[in-house]
Amino acid sequence: MKVTVTVNGREYVRDVEPRLLLIHLLRDELGLTGSHWGCDTSNCGACVVWLDETPVKSCTVLAVMADGRRVTTVEGLGSGDSLDPVQRGFAECHGLQCGFCTPGMMLTARWLLDHNPDPSAAEVREAISGQICRCTGYENIVKAVLWAAKNGGQG
Amino acid sequence: MQVPAQVEYEKATSVEHAVTLLARYGPAARVLAGGHSLIPMMKLRLAQPEVLIDINGITDLCYINLTGTHLRIGTLTCHAQLLDSQIAGEHFAILHDAERVIADPVVRNWGTVGGSLCQADPSEDLSAAFAAMKGTMVIRGPDGSREVSAREFHTGPYETVVGPSELLTEISLPIRPGGGSGYQKVSRRAGDWPVGAAGAAVWLTGDVIADAGIGLTAVGANHFAAAEAEEYLRGKKAIEETLARAGEIAAENCRPVADQRGPADYKRHLARELTTRALRLAVARARGQAA
Repeated sequence: MKVTVTVNGREYVRDVEPRLLLIHLLRDELGLTGSHWGCDTSNCGACVVWLDETPVKSCTVLAVMADGRRVTTVEGLGSGDSLDPVQRGFAECHGLQCGFCTPGMMLTARWLLDHNPDPSAAEVREAISGQICRCTGYENIVKAVLWAAKNGGQG
Repeated sequence: MQVPAQVEYEKATSVEHAVTLLARYGPAARVLAGGHSLIPMMKLRLAQPEVLIDINGITDLCYINLTGTHLRIGTLTCHAQLLDSQIAGEHFAILHDAERVIADPVVRNWGTVGGSLCQADPSEDLSAAFAAMKGTMVIRGPDGSREVSAREFHTGPYETVVGPSELLTEISLPIRPGGGSGYQKVSRRAGDWPVGAAGAAVWLTGDVIADAGIGLTAVGANHFAAAEAEEYLRGKKAIEETLARAGEIAAENCRPVADQRGPADYKRHLARELTTRALRLAVARARGQAA
């Protein structure tokens, strides 16, 4: 089935099987490997991307469900010299160790700050409660998001 | 690697279109809303539909509004929208209590109210909340709509009265004077299914409980409800001993089973304690003594 998806502002048209998961479309068909494929059971949140305006676990969405929609992945958040404050926060506060959970964490963090520019630590924890850091580096992830809120919030 | 088996896919553009497609494909088809229950089931081959009818384009099914004396919730409303809805929280605090502890914020963006109910997991939270509020489910089929009480909606684990060519379109909750409600859940970790949970709604006339609704989930309660405890409460004074006794009756009449979330006796303990706590909260809210 033919799908048209706009990923990070660029339109892609692909012919896919209805059973193809969005995470696999992104990684295997479009070569956007920034989104990580983790638990496969919508528990870990490594695969979080934005579908239109909201974060979603892309291992639990079919690629055909994204037809006609916009997807934002970590590649669309910022790169090189123009990093999003959330990305800078993770760098400043040592918000990652192995880095596997990081793309999903950052996309949820960006969404949180867009809706709540000055969150409390508890609100950050609630926002990322569906995402797992197996290095257990949660303290620094929370610090990184709070840093981003203080240093440029809207991105 | 978990991927669903091969499946055909159709996009429904309206409720009528969805019902037509469902009637055409029969039991081989499954409705795809948020997919956050169905897709994991398909990955595990616990569900193997031949066709998916995607209803995400039917924005007509996405609403929460107040009409007359009822709060009406369209079934494509996602959990996050219900949690954000001021009118839902104002009239039924139980909905916000429950939504706050359903899955996690990212899953709540995509999982839908209708999907949760139709999945009919025996540990599902909203099923207990709607049972407590004595809601009505509106189901559309080829011959029009029919209404079913929340208490008759589930026919067993993972089974509902919704037929193969029918679609759940709305949940309607009656707003009655003197009402208050609350939801209490114990789970092992953030975002998990409950070990046990109880929802309560009370309608007071002065100090007396004119009517009560108690919903229970994950503890083997018939139709997610504690009918015997409700019967006991009707006409009684809303005092601590009464609420405690209702908790005991609720626990006596459910049939929890041991699983990886906990032993049966602990779940029975939760049924008692959480029923009483939910009632206490519902009464305090009905009296305007709690937020």
